[in-house]
This record gives sequence, structure tokens and C-alpha cells, in this order.
Amino acid sequence: MTDAAAAIPQDNAPETMAWESKQRRFITIYLPLSCFILILLFPFYWMTITAFKPNAELMDFKNHNPFWITSPTLDHINHLLFNTGYPSWFLTTMGVAIGSTFLSIFASTLAAYAIQRLRFRGSPYVGLAIYLAYLVPPSILFIPLATMVVQLGLFDSPLALILVYPTFLVPFCTWLLIGYFKSIPYELEECALIDGATRLQILRRITLPLAVPGLISAGIFSFTLSWNEFIYALAFIQSSERKTVPVAILTELVTGDVYQWGALMAGSLLGSLPVAIFYSFFVDYYVSSLTGAVKE
Amino acid sequence: MQQAGAPARWVPEKREQTWLAWLFDWKPFLIVICLMPAVGLLLVFLTYPLGLGIYLAFTDATIGRSGVWVGLENFIWLAGDPIFWGAVFFSVFYTGVATVLKFALGLWLALLLNNHIPFKSFIRAIILVPWIVPTVLSAIAFWWIYDPQFSIISYVFVDVLGWRDTNIDFVATAWPARWSLIAANVWRGIPFVAISLLAGLQTIPPSLYEAAMLDGATSWQRFRYITVPMIMPILAIVMTFSIIFTFTDFQLVYAITRGGPVNSTHLLATLAFQRGIPAGQLGEGAAIAVSMIPFLVFATLFSYFALARRKWQQGESND
Repeated sequence: MTDAAAAIPQDNAPETMAWESKQRRFITIYLPLSCFILILLFPFYWMTITAFKPNAELMDFKNHNPFWITSPTLDHINHLLFNTGYPSWFLTTMGVAIGSTFLSIFASTLAAYAIQRLRFRGSPYVGLAIYLAYLVPPSILFIPLATMVVQLGLFDSPLALILVYPTFLVPFCTWLLIGYFKSIPYELEECALIDGATRLQILRRITLPLAVPGLISAGIFSFTLSWNEFIYALAFIQSSERKTVPVAILTELVTGDVYQWGALMAGSLLGSLPVAIFYSFFVDYYVSSLTGAVKE
Repeated sequence: MQQAGAPARWVPEKREQTWLAWLFDWKPFLIVICLMPAVGLLLVFLTYPLGLGIYLAFTDATIGRSGVWVGLENFIWLAGDPIFWGAVFFSVFYTGVATVLKFALGLWLALLLNNHIPFKSFIRAIILVPWIVPTVLSAIAFWWIYDPQFSIISYVFVDVLGWRDTNIDFVATAWPARWSLIAANVWRGIPFVAISLLAGLQTIPPSLYEAAMLDGATSWQRFRYITVPMIMPILAIVMTFSIIFTFTDFQLVYAITRGGPVNSTHLLATLAFQRGIPAGQLGEGAAIAVSMIPFLVFATLFSYFALARRKWQQGESND
């Protein structure tokens, strides 16, 4: 938002000569920046390239340049789509991610509205408690949750994941939406109150339509986080066809001592692709929600 | 608040004054109804399991058998277990080194991005990709990059540059495996740190820098006395999150080494998983998980005070 006009001249004083500042800018900004981008993106390049390489090229660096493919193949992708349970993993993950996203958005919209707009005594403390819930990591909860899931008869069922994922989604979304509701002028609601609207009408007709960007941010974030979740899915799901994509690729594709790197990388690529595509459509929402949640 | 005296031009739909409508407009009831889904979910699936986990740590529960109270037996047993102490050591080491590297490199990247550069928003978007992609899947990519025989890094060093004669050993022995995991964690953590800190940097008013430049401050002085104090609050919060989630990390280690070679790269979370779920010793696993709590409490208090300080600085009311 503060792009050109407010850019801060970090390294070159205004009076330095043009050629010198250009050189300096290259060494102090562009060179390190390209190194960062190269290193941050290289694993994905390597993943993609491996996924399309035939096995002969994969294991032979002497005759083939490993950084390029001489005869690209779709074998690994084919194998993944038609010989493994990838389609069912994909559907399970999609269902779990969508289900838990809707559940979390529903719960956190109401909670954020209550905390931010229906001010009551102690509402800041409820907000703080929900924030603290975000700081409880899944690693210390999965063992007791596994026993609970077994007792509820939900073991090996994706429903368990839909119910458990909101534990880390709700705190995040609530916090994001509180910040969003804060930015909507309260006067609008007061006007509606004077005109005789009920609280629920206000929420449905005025606050929610204005908070749509916030809801989208919270939704895509929840979707991504549920898609990427690993430890609960690993602990609660046992049968192969009900696993989520990240778990299944690690546990189902690694067979024996000789790793099928081509298939593994194809799996990783196809598993990352949905979130990557999703991300490319909503980049600005991601950036704003990431920074918004931190700033709140 | 009721529509008793409302003028006729509003009221698009008919609304009877049933007791239900009245109930839904009664604030205390509405507050309870609105908070119920979120608070209910969190109480049932977060607070209760937290308590249950602490209880389980004092029992000898196994899978399929709810155990009996054994007092501190699990902890006493763990205190004499070198693998547990190895995991404690590696968790602290992993968190410490990875956090320092992540924040040093992340701050550098944020400062680079804060300059006026072409395609800024595009660069910012692709930098976040490692953070968006499922960790396990990028960990599998790292696993392949760290392959003992066909590692691309070894290829570059041995065949292209000719600096080494043998392939680099990444995950076959203890110390190289530890450093490899830290490198993967730093790789994954940099984008989050950089983008959050960039947001902090962009809130600094440029007039502060202008004033400092007029006063003749060098670029290091501007960084030290303007940038650092201004991003300190956001830095503290991001760091708390980063520390908590690095300390309790599970996926990277589970995907790349599974705690091997010979248990040298177990974090507390992977050890708890290994003892608790596949081996079925729920009590012992819970005890390992519970031993992470003191550390997390410390980090949370740190976060709370950083937040409070920030509000005080901005002069906002505490709402």
C-alpha cells in the first residue's frame, strides 16, 4: 500500500551519483533478493522436474543433466492417478477441508460478533482466552484427542477431523474477524437499531455483507490450514482410502527400501497443487490476513 | 429497540412479536447463543483434552485400556531415559538455532522487500509459497534433496564444482541429520517471518526516516534507532508463535528422519507420537507431551506482555 511514494531509501542517499547507486543497489538489494528467491523456490522446481522424469534419467546423473529433462513422461502422474488411492485421498481431504472450514467460519463469525459488537462485561477476556487457545499446539493434544476419538466411535472417520480441526481454526478466524468487525463503522449498526432492526437482522443485513473480504480471508486460510494438517490425520485415520493427501503420500507411497522418487514427487506436486492454485487466486487475501492476524 | 413506534416506510417484512423474536433480541441470550459454537468446540476439543492429557500422563494407560493412577512413575521413568533427554536437548537446540537463523534471514529479506523494487507484489507472492504448501510434501522434497546417493546438492559440489570427492552425508549420521533438519525448518519459516515483519516495517511513518536523515543519521543509526524499536512489538509476537511451533514441530522430522539415525533427531513431539500411538503407551506419550507445557507457558507469557506493551504504546483502550 505504501509502494512507490513511501518507499524508504534504505541504502543510498539522494545525492549519490546515478551509476554508483545503481551498482550499489544491485549488490545490496537485487543480488541477495535473487538468492533468496532461488533458494526458496528450488525445492519446488526440483519436485516438478522429478515428477516428470523417467526413472532412467532420475538415477543417472552422468549421462543426463539433472537440472533438465530430456524426455519428459507422465508415467508417475498416471501411476498416481490410476494405480493408487490418490483420487479418494483427494476427495477425503477436500471434504474434510471444506467441512471444517464452514464449521469454523460459522462458529468464529458469531463469536467475533459477540465479542466485538455485543460488548459485554468480560468480552475482552473471552477474546484473550480464544487467542490463548491458538497457542496450544496440536502436538500436546493428539494423544488425549486420540483416546477421545476412539471413545466417541469416530476413530478412522473423517468426521473426527472435521470436528477437531476447528480447535486451531476457530481461534485464528475469530481473531481475524474481530479485527475486521472493528473496521466497520458502528454508526451503521446504530442507524439500523434506530430504524427498528433486530440484532440478528443487523448481523445478516449489515455487518456480514460488509465483512465479506474478512470472511473470504478467514475461509481460504482455514481451507489451507486444514489441507496441510498432518498430525491429527496421521493419528486418527488408519484405513488407506480415508487418509488425507499429505498423510497418504508419506505413508502409502513409501514402500520397501527403494523409494519411488518419481511417484513420491508426483504425489507431492499434485498434493501441493490445489493449495497453490487456490493461493494464486487469492494472494492478496492471504497476505492481508497473515499480516492482519499478526498485527491484531 | 422494538418496532413499536417505527415509521411505516421501514418494515419490509412482517414481524410478529413472538416470544422467540423477543428472546433473540435480548442481549444476554444473544451473547450466549453467539459464543456457544466457538466456546463449545474449544472447551470440548481443546480444554478437555488438555486436562485429559495431563491426567493421562499420571496413568499407565495403553491403547484399549484406560490405565490406573500411577503418580509420577512415568516421569521418573523418563528422567532415567537417555532417549528422552536426547529429545529435550534436540528440541531446545533445534528451536534455538532455527529461530535465530529464521529471524536473521527473515528480517534481512523483509528489509530487502521494503525497498522500491519492480514486481514487488509478485515477488512477495512467490516468497510465501513455501509457507502455503503442505509442510509434509515440501519435507518429502527435502528428503529427496538429501538423498545419500542422488542428492542434487552433492551433485553440484562433487561433479559440477569439484570441491568434494564423496557425496555429502545429509541424514545418515547424527549431527549432519540435525543440521539438515534445521536447514529445512529455516527454509520453511523464512517466508512467514519476512512477510509479517514486512507488514511491521510498512507501518513505520517515512517522516521518521526523513527527520533522522536531516539530523545526519547514518543508515545503521536509522536501522538501530528507528526500525528496530518500531518493529519490536510485532517481532515479539511473531517470535513467540515461531518458538512455540518450532518447539512442538512434528511434520518435518517425522517426514525426513522419523527420529533416526539411532534416535538422534527425535523432537519431544515425535518421541511422544512414537511412544504413544504406534507403540500404544498412551500414558508415557502423554507424559512426554506434558513435559513441553512449561516451555509453552513461558513463551505465552512473553507474548502476552509484548501485546500489552504494544497497546500501551499506541494509546488504544484495552478492548
